[in-house]
Amino acid sequence: MGLLYQIFIDPFVQMGTAPDLFVQTLWEGMVGGVLYALIALGFVLIFKASGVFNFAQGIMVVFAALTLVGLYNAGVPAFLALGLTIAVMFALAFTVERAVLRPLVNQPDIILFMATFGLTYFLIGFGQFVFGGEPKVMITEQLYLPKGTITYKALGGVISLQKLDIAAAVIASVMVAGLAVFFSKTRIGRALRAVADSHSAALSVGISLEQIWVIVWFAAGLVALVTGIMWGARSDVSFALDVIALKALPVLILGGLTSIPGAIVGGLIIGIGEKLWEFYWGPLIGGGTDSWFAFVLALVFLLFRPQGLFGERIIERV
Amino acid sequence: MRAPGGPEVAVGDVLLAVENVSLSFGGVKAVSDVSFDIRKGEIRAIIGPNGAGKTSMLNVINGFYQPQQGRITFKGETHAKMRPHEAASGGIARTFQNVALFRGMTALDNIMAGRTLKMHSNFFWQLLRYGPAMREEVQHRRRVEEIIDFLKIQEIRRVPVGRLPYGLQKRVELGRALAMEPELLLLDEPMAGMNIEEKEDMSRFVLDVNDYYGTTIALIEHDMGVVMDLSDRVVVLDHGIKIADGTPEGVKGNQAVIDAYLGVAH
Repeated sequence: MGLLYQIFIDPFVQMGTAPDLFVQTLWEGMVGGVLYALIALGFVLIFKASGVFNFAQGIMVVFAALTLVGLYNAGVPAFLALGLTIAVMFALAFTVERAVLRPLVNQPDIILFMATFGLTYFLIGFGQFVFGGEPKVMITEQLYLPKGTITYKALGGVISLQKLDIAAAVIASVMVAGLAVFFSKTRIGRALRAVADSHSAALSVGISLEQIWVIVWFAAGLVALVTGIMWGARSDVSFALDVIALKALPVLILGGLTSIPGAIVGGLIIGIGEKLWEFYWGPLIGGGTDSWFAFVLALVFLLFRPQGLFGERIIERV
Repeated sequence: MRAPGGPEVAVGDVLLAVENVSLSFGGVKAVSDVSFDIRKGEIRAIIGPNGAGKTSMLNVINGFYQPQQGRITFKGETHAKMRPHEAASGGIARTFQNVALFRGMTALDNIMAGRTLKMHSNFFWQLLRYGPAMREEVQHRRRVEEIIDFLKIQEIRRVPVGRLPYGLQKRVELGRALAMEPELLLLDEPMAGMNIEEKEDMSRFVLDVNDYYGTTIALIEHDMGVVMDLSDRVVVLDHGIKIADGTPEGVKGNQAVIDAYLGVAH
């Protein structure tokens, strides 16, 4: 009885009696969730348009952040470094299309998937070779990102919000809204969705697959850069970041591989769920739950809704 | 274009000619040494039993397949093979046997996608959705609305095409091809799987496109009644080989064609 009470009743009693802690936990979960969502967004963009599961998305986040900091440390002014990093991400997209995707066109998915593994290790090696392997500090101040904390007295306690986290949430929302408008209202956006739906039909109206691939990889690179700046600002810029990128996999399972809203909602569910679970249920089993919670949740999800929250239903004719 | 009441006459110059085209996949010969031409303004049918190589032929013409041998001459330019982008920008549009639409997009967006090659505003303006990009969008939208009126699909323009019945999907697909303002329109079994009424509608659209827009049409069709009614000239393929070429009447009486369709004791 005691155990059942601890699992099913006590956490909710705690949430009710200390609402300030509950809200604080929710907020922190949401901030983490936004970053998961951004990584997942990078996966979704590329998967939708080219059917490639890009294992390198995580390392692209590190590579982008590393390029930015590396350029700054080499004496380039911060905003020029930002511009140059964007150019580097474009060059990366272009190179990937020429050197990886184009030669492998029409190969089975698993071959392309393995190719992105190769890309991952190439980027790790290349990044270390050029910028060195030691962790670096993100140039938050030079990019005029706010720092410090805002504290509110509310709900019978104190809630404190990091200004940086608020900025991250705002920038992420603006970027997602921008992408949404771009995809739904413009010629290139329409072409992107067309390619996602049918390669042959897209070719027949004269859409160039090569051009679209460069654009989606570039878009995924930009998303990676923003993610890298935000994440780097909270810890530091190192190759350990790409392990965290694996958290995007459960987000994708929850949200569906092809859905942009799915990536965002999935990211928030995982981020918030993970923090709440750790805070309220974690102590029962000695804590450390955030390394596995997301994956277990994804597993449960797979049992009931394998296509994800917003994914396309899989209907096959027999 | 056919003269009313009179016999079918192929008018105009040769728009597209395939010469000695052969295509094989590994050991399988899909098309062997086929030559024929399509003249400006006509409706040209490609017929033949299942597996005759009709769709392969269309795929060669719009560049989806690259033939191992032969030449394709389009608007006076000779190519060893076409590329899909080259075909599309040169003015070849097509529809597919098993409707290939952008299923998640609305009928309107599908047809707008057909305008891709006609739109030129750059990435930057599009990102801002302002200035030239916006003007261009409006101007092309007007053209697309004309096509929507022409095909009588006004009331479904906001519906995602995945939800439309099959007959309407085929019509949207035709709309997308028309939005490209093609010189040559390739239709792969435009009436497959339709009931009589839908077939009649589609036949009328095909004739109207040919009449009003003067578009040259090459179509694959199984329904012999439709082929006889619509086409000016017919080319017949069987097992990848051309066995007849001529007017519908001429082809109908051809012994090789009758044998191919009904089977013959060897």
